[in-house]
This record gives sequence, C-alpha cells and structure tokens, in this order.
Amino acid sequence: MTKTKTFAQKALERASGEADVAPGQIVDAYPDLYMSHTASWRCIRTLERMGVDRLYDVDRVAMVMDHIAPANSAKTAADHRLCREFAARMGVKTFYDVNAGIAHIVLMENGHIRPGQLIIGTDSHSTIYGALGAFGTGVGFSEITAAWVTGKLWMRVPESIKITIDGPLPPGTYPKDVMLKLIGDLTADGATYCSVEFHGSYVGSMSVSERMTLCNLAMEMGAKNAFVPPDEQTWRYLTGVGVRADDCEAMLPDPDADYRQTETVDGRTLTPQVACPHTVDNVVGVDELAGTKVDQVFIGSCANAKYDDLAIAAEILAGHKVAAGLRLIVTPVSSEVMSRAAADGVLSTLIDAGATITNPGCGACAGNGGSMADGEVTLSTANRNFQGRMGSYKSQIYLASPATAAATAIRGSISNPQEVRR
Amino acid sequence: MTGGHRVGGRCVVFGDNVNTDVIIPGRYLVSIDPAELAPHAFEPLGPEVQRRLSESDVVVAGKNFGCGSAREQASTCLIGAGISAVVAVSFSRVFFRNAINTGLVAVECPDAVQAVADGEPLWVDYQAGTVEVGDERFTFTPYPPNLLAILESGGLIAHLMRQVSHAGEDSAR
Repeated sequence: MTKTKTFAQKALERASGEADVAPGQIVDAYPDLYMSHTASWRCIRTLERMGVDRLYDVDRVAMVMDHIAPANSAKTAADHRLCREFAARMGVKTFYDVNAGIAHIVLMENGHIRPGQLIIGTDSHSTIYGALGAFGTGVGFSEITAAWVTGKLWMRVPESIKITIDGPLPPGTYPKDVMLKLIGDLTADGATYCSVEFHGSYVGSMSVSERMTLCNLAMEMGAKNAFVPPDEQTWRYLTGVGVRADDCEAMLPDPDADYRQTETVDGRTLTPQVACPHTVDNVVGVDELAGTKVDQVFIGSCANAKYDDLAIAAEILAGHKVAAGLRLIVTPVSSEVMSRAAADGVLSTLIDAGATITNPGCGACAGNGGSMADGEVTLSTANRNFQGRMGSYKSQIYLASPATAAATAIRGSISNPQEVRR
Repeated sequence: MTGGHRVGGRCVVFGDNVNTDVIIPGRYLVSIDPAELAPHAFEPLGPEVQRRLSESDVVVAGKNFGCGSAREQASTCLIGAGISAVVAVSFSRVFFRNAINTGLVAVECPDAVQAVADGEPLWVDYQAGTVEVGDERFTFTPYPPNLLAILESGGLIAHLMRQVSHAGEDSAR
C-alpha cells in the first residue's frame, strides 16, 4: 500500500532525510535558510557567549534589518552596526540593510525562497513563505543561533488542515477579508501546531502577492506553517525574480493525503471584515462597526503593504482628501514596491490625498512611528491588534483590508469600501 | 529520585489567549537580559497584575498562552521575574519552543489549571510528568528525551555549549 502524504510530511522528509515521517514524530530538520531580522544582533551576542565562530553553512544565513529601520537610538544603531560588521566578517552574502524593507518580502522578491524549502525565521509571520510553496516557520533567536552552528533544529511533524476557498470574491473584498473571516471562525488557536494548506478555485486564481496575505495571516490562527500549491503563477513569479525552474522541486501533497480537518470557504458570499481590539479572532462584518471614529489609518506590514495593496488604496483615495484630523500613514513593504509605486503615480495619489509616506520596513506595526495616545483608535492593514502594540496601552487597533483602510481614511470612521468606491 | 525536576510554588492565574505583546511589549525588545526585562513583564495589564507576578513562582493560564510574536523575551522576562514554570491549557507553538529553549518549564495540563486558584501553590515534576495542586495530583505526557535534555541543561544554548565542551574533552582524550 502506498502511503499518501501531506505537504508538511514531504517537506520535513526532505529536510530531515528521513522516510515516511508521521504527524507527531520528532525529526532533526536541516533548514535551507535561517532568516533573522533586526533580532540578528541577539543571535550574534548569543554566538559570542557560546565562544563559537565557525558556522555550519554561512550561505544559509539571511539577515534583513527591518524592524527598527533606520535606527531610532544609539543602542539600535550599535545593534545594526554589529550586524553589518558580523555579516562582512563572516561572509554573509544575503544581508539587506535598513533601506530594503520587510525581511519576508525582500527575500521573496530577490529569489531567496523556493518551493519545497524549509525556512526558519526570527519572526512568527515566517508562515508567509508558503505563498511560494515553501515550509516557513517562526522560532526564537536562540534557535537561529543554534542553527547557525549545528545546521539543524528539532521539529515535530505537524498534522495538516486543508482549507478550500472557492471564488470569485465580490467587489470590495480581498484576501485580507477571507483570512479575517477564517480566523474569526476557526479562532486564534484553531490551527495551533498545524500545517495549513490552501486549495480551491479562488486560491488558484490568486497572484503570489495575494497568496502572501493568506499565508502570512495563517499565523494568527496558530499555524506552524502555511502552504499554497505551486502552479503557473508561482513559476512566473519565480522566473521574474531570477529563480530557474530547474533549481526548484515543486512539492505537492498527495490528492488523498490524511488531514486532521477540512474546511471550505465560499468566497462568493464574503463581505468586508474587521478584527476588533484586542484579538485577531474578534471579527465582525464592517457594517457592524460603521461610524466608529478613527484617529489614524495605517497601511503597512508584511500582510498588506505590497504593490497591489497600495494600488487598491490609491484607487479609492484618488481625488479624495483624508478626513480632517485623521493621520494616514503608508509604509510600503519594500524599496522595490516603493520604487514601483513612485514610478507609476500610486505614491503621489496617496500623498495628494494627505498620506504620510514612510520608508519601507515594519514601521508602526513594530511600534516605530505611528504611536497612539491614550484613548486613540487606529484602523490598520497589519496582522496584529494586540493591546499596546502601537503606543498607549489604552489605545485600540482594528484590522482590515487596504480598501477598508482607504474608505475609512476618507470618512474618518470605519467604512465599507463597497460604498465609498466610485 | 526526582528532586531536581520539581519546580513550583505560588501561582498567578491568567485567562485564554494571553499574547506576547502583553507579556513583554515590543518597545523593550532592545534588551535580552532577563533582569532588565522582568520589570516590564505584563506591563499593559497594570501594576496590580505586575505585583502579583512578582510574588509568584508559577504562571497558570488558559488556552493558547503566548500567542503572537516569536520574541524569545516573552519567556526570558518571566524567568527574570522569578517564574520557574508555566502551566496552561495549551500554548502557542513558538512560545512553547522558546520556553524550553530558555529553560522555562512549560506544561500543558488542563485539569491542573482547572483545579488551582490564584495565589495557591502548585508543583510540577517535569520528569515524572505530574502536577500537584494541594492533595490532588494530575499527569501530563512527559517531555521527549531531547526536550528534557535541553531543559535539564537550562536551555538550548547551554545545552549546545555542554555538547561542545564534551566533544572537546573527547577529542583531548
């Protein structure tokens, strides 16, 4: 009898060299890439403490200075310098400085991520690499340091959840709405320890950028990793970033693989969704919040500040001004996205509407710039609305799509983009 | 003999879905020192909660404790605050890994969570796989050997350093 396998089983068999791994089994896995962001300095200090200076494979080390960029204090400037000097000394070729943008997107845009690979990162939203058919998962800085030295980490083979999403989506709804609805239904721990596979006609029709939003937000239901099966869209994207198809192995789950749970989502009936303070699974339809006053709108983060996200917001904001007294902060996800949006007028449309454009990076989502005072409210396109994440512990964060963010910026209160769109 | 594997004491009880931003806000991640981080643990919940934390040895929580960010300081700030174990209905996976990797005992034991009240003592034997609350004794699935070894070393980095120094002794022989 042939054993059928999920994506997670196949990916961890490849990474561990073991045959026929089963959910629950613990394996020693050898990642293809160890991503560390601004937290790299913590890894370097830990390595110094260990007294080790020889790395397992320096070509698997990737560093991106994204969380506090540019430096906001003498301490963070020294942390950045430590990383630069370490990268130069050790020969870390995959090093991106404070100008590049958010690590996940920068690494994908520059051809460092391939289908079937195992990627660990010092960031919980490392699930995003599933957008290219890779197994991405978040770990702490000690584990990245350990992987630098030993090349491996222990991993428990996860059970898998298969989510089938059929479309098309109604106008005014987007991947963010799909995921907020799903997180609300399955809850913040609905996929804990699990590999989440996305299938279905809507998923097949999505761009890689849109798939990034799906896989990024899967973390918010506890997923260990997320996965979209590589297809023509994937190969086109990879070719565009200079990855040769010969260098990749498309890894697909077997059609009759064993899933812990299967879910189907009918995208055709979706409405714009909003996550309310202070948990991502506290989700309601946008109309239930109509009129909720907002002080600030943030369009940013690895979930929703890619080119298409900015273009959607610009299309709605074109010819409008943001509401009196409201701050609209736009933080493009990467320098590449910013450059494209500058070249074709998306940025000027946003600026004309009254937006503050910041440099690429994590920005306000990581608490840098865009802080709130007591009692203030932000509607954000990011992936977390936890208490105190953007300034005062007495402020509130709502999460929504870039379209809902743009509509809300125009009206000054939470608004349905299906109404505001011209 | 399980004396070396028994940790515990007075507990402070939290609810479900306690996230990492509440455990240690992002603004303090410029430090990795447990002593520097400890005064800011649970700061968003206010001084009364922080006072109770400082008087406790064990954090007890509902489901999905530590959800959110991969920040390892969510575990080290608790160690800095004198916490020796977290007993929860369930953990987010990154928090669980970070706990083990920093030498903080993290145990999923829903029955013990149900049985204990805020301020009461609770003891965990993480080798035997038991949690004691008063006269009651609950069990959990003991750690696999590799995780137990990391915990016994006091965390992943200490564990690796021990391995490196043992390898050095072997080659010197």
